[in-house]
Amino acid sequence: MGGREHIIEVKDLVKKFGSFTANDRLTFHVERGEIFGFLGANGAGKTTAMRILCGLSYPTSGEIQVAGHDVYREREKIKKKIGYMSQKFSLYEDLTVSENIRLYAGIYGLGRKQIASREEQLLERLGLTHIRNRLIGKIPLGWKQKLAFSVAIFHQPAVVFLDEPTGGVDPITRRQFWEMIHDATEEGITVFVTTHYMDEAEYCDRVSIMVDGRIDALDTPAALKQQFDSKNMNEVFLKLARS
Amino acid sequence: MKRFFGFVKKEFQHIFRDKRTLLILFGLPIVMIILFGFVVSTEIRDVEVGIWDRSMDQASIRATQKIFSSGYFITAGYIDHEEEIGELFRSGRAKVVVVFEEGFERNLLRENHAAIKIVTDASDANAAQLTLTYLQGVLMNYFQSQNRDVEMPWSIDIKSRMFYNEEMKGVYMFIPGLMAMILMLISALMTSVTIAREKEFGTMELLLASPLKPREIILGKVTPYVVLSFTNAMTILLLGFFVFDVPVVGSIWLLMGECMLFITLALSLGVLISTIAKTQQMAMFMSLLGLMLPTILLSGFIFPIDNMPKVLQWFSAIMPPRWFIVIVKNIMLKGSGFAFIWKETLILFGMTLFFILAAVKRFQIRLN
Repeated sequence: MGGREHIIEVKDLVKKFGSFTANDRLTFHVERGEIFGFLGANGAGKTTAMRILCGLSYPTSGEIQVAGHDVYREREKIKKKIGYMSQKFSLYEDLTVSENIRLYAGIYGLGRKQIASREEQLLERLGLTHIRNRLIGKIPLGWKQKLAFSVAIFHQPAVVFLDEPTGGVDPITRRQFWEMIHDATEEGITVFVTTHYMDEAEYCDRVSIMVDGRIDALDTPAALKQQFDSKNMNEVFLKLARS
Repeated sequence: MKRFFGFVKKEFQHIFRDKRTLLILFGLPIVMIILFGFVVSTEIRDVEVGIWDRSMDQASIRATQKIFSSGYFITAGYIDHEEEIGELFRSGRAKVVVVFEEGFERNLLRENHAAIKIVTDASDANAAQLTLTYLQGVLMNYFQSQNRDVEMPWSIDIKSRMFYNEEMKGVYMFIPGLMAMILMLISALMTSVTIAREKEFGTMELLLASPLKPREIILGKVTPYVVLSFTNAMTILLLGFFVFDVPVVGSIWLLMGECMLFITLALSLGVLISTIAKTQQMAMFMSLLGLMLPTILLSGFIFPIDNMPKVLQWFSAIMPPRWFIVIVKNIMLKGSGFAFIWKETLILFGMTLFFILAAVKRFQIRLN
């Protein structure tokens, strides 16, 4: 997949908090339409890097482009072209399913008609039409998580950033969730996902593994397993972390 | 703009779906004003007075009648021993005893000098002081009216009038203070809590990652509270007017304008607190301790500023509600125009600007 357009281009990204270096000269790119796994232990610097890409914080130095825009000067343009789903479950519990969808769709500037028809489609696909007027706080976690993802890509962003989206979710829902991620790429949405479930890394087109603020490995899961002579991604990760 | 309105609508939905918030928003002001208006009062009414009349002549009897026809006092009966004073106080049947000396009328006519002793139950010092003042007033009035045609070179003519609050009504004092307190509570406390809530639940991240600008998010969060605070301010004024007969002598428009200024100030304080507090609990705690207590204690709402120790007086000067209360009292009770309150207005304006700048600064630090 070498010749494809780079939707995210990062060169020598450095982020320091005082004397602590959270991201140490990260250089990588993400191709349009792929699922890019951003792996690492807790505290390795994944979330910091992701927040910079989303325009939630400024890098200390480095050249970074997201969806063709510069993160220093064109944050507003970037924000219109991305979707974001944070670690914490983040729909409003006291609003209904339908109200949450419309709220975010409205924030991303979708028109009324557009929202109505897409909402219909979405609820039907998720099989949630019958509970559209129920408060989010009253539906099961698995559904909420799927809904949160659907909301994050409702405005059809160029890239969607998922920050540990499957935390606290049962294995079956996790499986379904990854199917949804695959479906999103079919629609041309690039997926940038952080996780520390190594089995999930297998679902990614390419993964990068961060250790102590640096990217120590970056390739397809198959190539990484071969390179580190491992049966699965978990072994790859352990070998990297120990070295 | 449509984006922004969608966001404001959502904020209203939060408010109207949360019973606790609703109760604080609409229940609290009404309960407070009724409580303060009816229960806590600085006026005296139906104070029981015991009479120990040792002369029982025309003058003393007239004076006694005068006391009971004043409307402030009711009789606790006559006594004729000194020991009975203590009994009356201990049993709670009287709060004050008036003693006329023997030969009261004779002394008054012959020597132009007669003594009345007033004994009060000072276990409630404030009430005793107030009762004493009232009684003196009533008696002075009476004897002066008796002596009107007599030329007395040495007589001192004391006339006291309670300007702007002729009837010494407690509500006159409480309405401006209550307005300050409730606006502070709703504007500062509620906004700080609602913004802290977005942080706590992680929705703030999502909003910040969206095309909404930070200032749109903050404005969107505070707009409903501006509307509600203003509604509340007007509710207090209306309740004051219709239930307690507290008038607005000055310009209502000026008063509304000053209310808006104070609401803006309180909101910016709320935003500032929310940039520091990480959770709803913490925001609530900071607002209550940092804003509500000083509003109640140091703003002159309940305790007169002039009676405070110097250090507390300085503290009081940096409390926004203090200046707001002065403004409201001036407009409502004295009917002062802007020319008399521009200084206080300027202070509030300066404070507002300071808090807004501080909040913006803190918000930017958070982003980086």
